[in-house]
Amino acid sequence: MITNISRRNFIKAGGALVLAVHFGETKAQFSSLAFSPNAFVRIDSTGIVTVTVKHLEMGQGTYTGLPTLVAEELDADWSQMRVEPAPADAKRYNNLFWGEAQGTGGSSSLPNSYEQLRQAGAAARAMLVGAAAERWGVPASEITVSKGVLEHPKSKRKARFGELAAAASTQLVPQSPKLKEPKDFVYIGKASPTRTDARAKSNGAAIFTQDLKLPGMLTAVVLHPPRFGAKLNSFDAAKARAIKGVEGVVPFSTPVTTGVAVLAKDYWTAKKGRDALTAEWDESGAFRLGSAELMAEYKRLAVTPGAVARKDGDPERALRGAARTLEAAFEFPYLAHAAMEPMNCVVSLGAGTCEVWTGEQFQTIDQMQVASLLDLKPEQVKLNMLFAGGSFGRRANPKSDFLLEAAAIARAIHGAAPVKLVWGREDDMRAGFYRPMYYHALEAGLDAQGVITAWRHTIVGQSILAGTAFEPMMVKNGVDATSVEGASNLPYAIPNLAVELHSPKVGVPVQWWRSVGSTHTAYATEVFIDELARAANKDPVQLRLALLGKHARHRGVLELAAKQAGWGKPLGKDRARGVAVHESFGTFVAQVVEVSRRKEGIKIDRVVCAVDCGVAVNPQIVAMQMESGIGYGLSAALSGAITLKEGLVEQSNFHDYAVLRMNQAPRIEVHIVPSKEKPSGVGEPATPVIAPALANALLALEGKPMRALPLTVQGVTFA
Amino acid sequence: MTPLSVNGKPMQVDADADTPLLWALRDHLDMTGTKFGCGMSLCGACTVHVDGKPVRSCVTPLSAVIGRRVSTIEAIGATRAGKAVQAAWVAENVPQCGYCQSGQVMSATALLASNQNPSDAQIDAAMSGNICRCATYPRIRAAIKRAAKALA
Repeated sequence: MITNISRRNFIKAGGALVLAVHFGETKAQFSSLAFSPNAFVRIDSTGIVTVTVKHLEMGQGTYTGLPTLVAEELDADWSQMRVEPAPADAKRYNNLFWGEAQGTGGSSSLPNSYEQLRQAGAAARAMLVGAAAERWGVPASEITVSKGVLEHPKSKRKARFGELAAAASTQLVPQSPKLKEPKDFVYIGKASPTRTDARAKSNGAAIFTQDLKLPGMLTAVVLHPPRFGAKLNSFDAAKARAIKGVEGVVPFSTPVTTGVAVLAKDYWTAKKGRDALTAEWDESGAFRLGSAELMAEYKRLAVTPGAVARKDGDPERALRGAARTLEAAFEFPYLAHAAMEPMNCVVSLGAGTCEVWTGEQFQTIDQMQVASLLDLKPEQVKLNMLFAGGSFGRRANPKSDFLLEAAAIARAIHGAAPVKLVWGREDDMRAGFYRPMYYHALEAGLDAQGVITAWRHTIVGQSILAGTAFEPMMVKNGVDATSVEGASNLPYAIPNLAVELHSPKVGVPVQWWRSVGSTHTAYATEVFIDELARAANKDPVQLRLALLGKHARHRGVLELAAKQAGWGKPLGKDRARGVAVHESFGTFVAQVVEVSRRKEGIKIDRVVCAVDCGVAVNPQIVAMQMESGIGYGLSAALSGAITLKEGLVEQSNFHDYAVLRMNQAPRIEVHIVPSKEKPSGVGEPATPVIAPALANALLALEGKPMRALPLTVQGVTFA
Repeated sequence: MTPLSVNGKPMQVDADADTPLLWALRDHLDMTGTKFGCGMSLCGACTVHVDGKPVRSCVTPLSAVIGRRVSTIEAIGATRAGKAVQAAWVAENVPQCGYCQSGQVMSATALLASNQNPSDAQIDAAMSGNICRCATYPRIRAAIKRAAKALA
């Protein structure tokens, strides 16, 4: 989602880590309490090691991957590791890839923390060793540490971390602690410790925003306008107020949303109140078009010159001189994130203070925007990060939509009570901030031998970054990097290649959705490549390998997936395979999908996935994220579509926005390419690969290219 | 006041009898393990047991459970099947975001309480009402089979 903005910042912050010491006020305090060599690690006298995690746990496993890095360098035992969420503090807890901003996204949590948290663990280890050396009167170099126990083998002395925590806190913090050689890793790439949150998420104990209850808190359920961009004219609250238990009905307005909130001690009462409201809306500035009209306009734009995202050689000339040319156009609908936990937020206002509790992906931006709405300073807004019940990018809203809404409602009741804003599924699905709708037009030229000599790719769709804080950094020469990623960096060796972009302004709020630009660019490019392979009578894997000359990591995952899937071995009647390969966020993924034609429809029998994410810190979590990305991508491929008619969103809940269920979930095999490269993220990169791999399997099975998503709209029935 | 029996204990809820059981549990009894996902019996996040059978509490009014035994995620670990399911969930690293997992555990426990060796088709039938947007389905299937073995 967001690439490494400044490598220099990374180094600077990495070097500053050990200086960012926050010992307590006095040493005496620490002699009885905890040892805390830096902003990330705390060891108490019982030996519990608490890792402060600056990233949101929304399912991707950051509450396991990040403490693994500390445990590795600290030589702790996994059972003594604990996790706590970091407060909002961009100075200490910034994402090292984002400069001075704290946040979670772009599959960057583990990559940006990889050295930072290893250094934090190594510093703590060195101080524990120093304390033991002093206490025992032995050279530090003779002390070993393993599974939370320090030992001096010569004198047979041993101590646990807790026994040395107080003494360690008086040690100097090492400036540049030595990190382990990979050959000495105990956890990284090896042990796959169990998730720290697995138990609490299996017995109902994990606390999400939805579960938070504060003394005196009121639940707010809201009425939003039916169309994007409408304003509230008037409302009638009489029936709502008449409902027993309704404690307030207030209009609210933020720079992003507007509406009326009904407050009660419990959700059901507030919802009954909301359902009893009537309102008049000013729709003079509202969006009133439908998906069909938008797509017609996008098609018209696609034949006009766009902003140039990439140009190699002379594609126009090469197309004119080609032995044959092929064209294809692809259509993609709006997509809702549809996280299991509908969006929500708790806000408590005091005199000159605001405290927020939510599943929080964008601390720094949210803190600034909430402060701005309430006329506070950012430091007067305290953010508490809770587990998020899924997000997929939704809780990284650059416009802070639902946070501002909760804050505005709390202000509307003058801070009289803490407010928990709870959206129902319908509110969530119709609130916008969708993956944008896109249209792609591609044309390629082949020479007489079937070699691809020219490639022209035009993309039409809303800019996600327009009007956000990211626009100045990531929109250059009219090209929103997130609209063309995956297309403008096409890895295939084609001498004449152009990628152009149109970013029409449309009144439907849009946002990043798991794997962002790749959600559509991977599909258009990888399905078109298969169509070209078919036209040239070439094997899809062989054609890709031939075009991937210098891209060794693309080739590596493609070869591994093909081998494990038995690519080329006959499957028999009514069965076929499809392949796709794609890089996103520095991680390389190839998938081979096997399908069969059954009486009930197409069955997805098997998905073989190969991934190269550099060092796989926790191979099991890597596999889980591949499985998850495939499932999420399949939901969109099979049936995901938000459509508009006269400005109204036609879907509302899981009956008309169908998602993958157990009965359609395929068997998935994940294979990890061994690597010594620095780790890259795994939360997103599996998502964009499954739809083109599936479409290519259908092309092989049926001979018909799949030019629009979702596939069920194309008339494909799935068993 | 509506009288209920939840996890073997008699309880009184100060809510109208048309209030869904989900909101009585969450907002009145402060038992927040049971989750709200759709409000229309479409996603299964709110699954509880009523007299041992899986029920979507978001569409079950209090009036429908008076005099019946309600069991929730908070206490299901005290049953043999529930304990095995929860242990298998941890062993297979099932949860990701975790929000749907209370419902998944309740559906899986109900399945195994009545069928200790379910086939893939029976797992599909019992579990397809429970949506997981993290798509933990392969691990849920593996965990159900692991729990079945433990119960055998």
